Amino acid sequence: MDLTLAWAAIIALGLLMYVVLDGFDLGIGILFPLFPDEHDRDVMMNTVAPVWDGNETWLVLGGAGLFAAFPMLYSTVLSALYLPLVLMLVCLIFRGVSFEIRAKASRTKHLWDLAFIGGSAGATFFQGVALGAFLDGIPVADGRFSGEAFGWFTPFSMFTGVALVVTYALLGCCWLIAKTEGDLQRRFYRIVWPLTVLQLATIAVVSIWTPFQDQGIAMRWFDSPLFYRLLPVPVLVVACAWVMRRSIRSRHERRPFAMALGFVLLGFAGLVVSISPHDVLPGVSLWDAAAPRSSQLFTIVGAAVILPVIVAYTTLGYWVFRGKVRHGEHHYH
Amino acid sequence: MQSTQEALDLARIQFAFTVSFHIIFPALSIGLASFIAVLEGAWLKTGKPVYKELCLFWSKIFAVAFGMGVVSGVVMSYEFGTNWGGFSSFAGPVTGPLLAYEVMTAFFLEAGFLGIMLFGWNKVGRKAHFGATLMVAIGTIISTFWILASNSWMQTPQGYRIEGDHVVPVDWFAIIFNPSFPYRLAHMTIAAFIVAGLVVAATGAWHLLKGRRDPAIKKMFSMALWLLLVLTPVQAIVGDAHGINTREHQPAKIAAIEGLWDTEQGGTALNLFGIPDMEAETTKYAVSIPHLGSLILTHSWDGEIRGLKSFPKEDRPNSTVVFWSFRIMAGLGVLMIAMSAAAWLLRRRGRLYESRGFLRFVLAMGPTGFITLLAGWVTTEAGRQPWVVYGVMRTADAVSPVTAQQVGVSLLVFVIVYTLVFGTGIYYLLKLLKHGPALPGTTTHAPGIDDAGHTARRPLSAVNQSIEGA
Repeated sequence: MDLTLAWAAIIALGLLMYVVLDGFDLGIGILFPLFPDEHDRDVMMNTVAPVWDGNETWLVLGGAGLFAAFPMLYSTVLSALYLPLVLMLVCLIFRGVSFEIRAKASRTKHLWDLAFIGGSAGATFFQGVALGAFLDGIPVADGRFSGEAFGWFTPFSMFTGVALVVTYALLGCCWLIAKTEGDLQRRFYRIVWPLTVLQLATIAVVSIWTPFQDQGIAMRWFDSPLFYRLLPVPVLVVACAWVMRRSIRSRHERRPFAMALGFVLLGFAGLVVSISPHDVLPGVSLWDAAAPRSSQLFTIVGAAVILPVIVAYTTLGYWVFRGKVRHGEHHYH
Repeated sequence: MQSTQEALDLARIQFAFTVSFHIIFPALSIGLASFIAVLEGAWLKTGKPVYKELCLFWSKIFAVAFGMGVVSGVVMSYEFGTNWGGFSSFAGPVTGPLLAYEVMTAFFLEAGFLGIMLFGWNKVGRKAHFGATLMVAIGTIISTFWILASNSWMQTPQGYRIEGDHVVPVDWFAIIFNPSFPYRLAHMTIAAFIVAGLVVAATGAWHLLKGRRDPAIKKMFSMALWLLLVLTPVQAIVGDAHGINTREHQPAKIAAIEGLWDTEQGGTALNLFGIPDMEAETTKYAVSIPHLGSLILTHSWDGEIRGLKSFPKEDRPNSTVVFWSFRIMAGLGVLMIAMSAAAWLLRRRGRLYESRGFLRFVLAMGPTGFITLLAGWVTTEAGRQPWVVYGVMRTADAVSPVTAQQVGVSLLVFVIVYTLVFGTGIYYLLKLLKHGPALPGTTTHAPGIDDAGHTARRPLSAVNQSIEGA
């Protein structure tokens, strides 16, 4: 198999893992404003406390994998998206640290709550902005970024930023349904459907807007046999929404999360088609951006052995901390 | 878009700032992880509660340091691309895979088992818990291995060829085990253990000065000083070997460290003091000892050391900076050896826990591990200049096509955020250290399980105290 293609697949998979895993814990911060009670917030945070570090490591893997297998892409894209990425990192710092300090602060607790909310929502928003700006196309000349410092600031990228906030909020809400019970869980059930409707709306807008952004994307969508293979996607989105509705009605605890993952997977599939390997940057193919074979080979040997082991012990971690998190479970004085 | 000199300078300041802030936390957590593993192992073997108390106490400190290290480290892994695009696209085929291996073999291992180590006391068996602690400790060492391999390759590159506008790895074994790698790896790993040892010893000294005499305090004070007694002289020997290696591969760096301008015949003196002037090409106010330079760097009476004038002006590192950063490092290192030796003498007289003067000395030495570590890194990194990959790529060609405004604004943001966020973190670490391990007789609960209060299950919540309180 083509090493370059295999690497693109690994990075895509790593990013998907990141969105799935860190998505729901970022979503918890986004939902915080709707749950002002301190004890509710403690429970919400406790559901992800032991697994949070591992989730964020997938983002580092995405960066490092890109650096290893596509150094040219890593340097151009990261230079082009300088400000949104720096702002995302700053938000992640606020969030990560407030995760830890909030619990023990008393006078400044509300400030750390704000840092957690702002950090989570901000990090998500700027991830969405970066994605949108990437879909917009990044100007390249002689293998270097040749655009403007604020080239990423477009209506489309602002919208993808908001869309990702909605996506993570929905993931977070469904995760919390699975991990809580009683009155708190009832309140999550109350907001999950409005969030689903918002999610459907953002999926629709992004789907219509994306082909207008880029001739190449429009061509891949409509002028190829791919179009017929893509047709099931909207149908599946509607099917997911229908199952979501039914599971909420029947108070199913885990299926809503599965359906939220369904939205993410379908959106991701659409995305992969949009930036399928013909030109990963305008005028630059995936193979133009690839690292030398010896770099890709050296790293993929490790990835093939180590990534399954990582998945195994990550699963172990989730299994150790399985089950519901309760109000005052750790209350002891 | 072309980058300017101003953007380059700002990017360098930004990198120095973020990486210096970052390294403080991993250095502490590398040393503490192994210390905690030893404590937990001793507890499993002997069943003495004092080891468990210490294990729980230092786990809390470790958790905070580790958390700070993770968030400041995520910044680093993206900064290569945002600020150093030229470097990334040129050297990425070598440094990228090394970083990827670090993430895969170390970061996931640490993060994956950290949850069990901190919150799993009542969820898994004793042996499984010890296994998780070991995994975290091993992860920190593996991480050191890869990042030092990458840094050493930038210092003494080999095993590659240049094709077009980037390097192509030819021999990965040669790349990883490059000439300066063994010395750097040993020097840095020992440094991390010394950093942690000094923090543990200083914490013990503080509590001894405040009148606590319970076994936990004495035990950690004694253990840390035994470790330092062994490691500080070893570090001096490793440092010496590293210096000889540097003279062979990076002679300009050695000349700058020594403030040496002319290549002298028949033995070179060592400048103890002086202010190297890059413009005037001389070291002012030099106080020197004849032949000592040759003796240290070549292990012979009249070995030759090249002076800075034998290198073109544009290839010289800044001697004013590295002359002093090196002396801070070496001077503090000598103090550490003296402190460890004094501890040994006091121990033989049975006065280790009683001499107040010595306890104050140990307390004052607490932060010097960090200072020494940073001074050492400044020496080796500033001494590599003007190259980013030694002799292959200049730092000026490594910067991203970004504007000075972008880098300036982000630098300002980083300075404010780091000061605010990590300042609070360090403040809280000190609070925890001041609180000390549980007093004997008080029941200990596993952190995050019973005594965490109604709070989030996070490292910092593993203690029954509030930041602002008490």
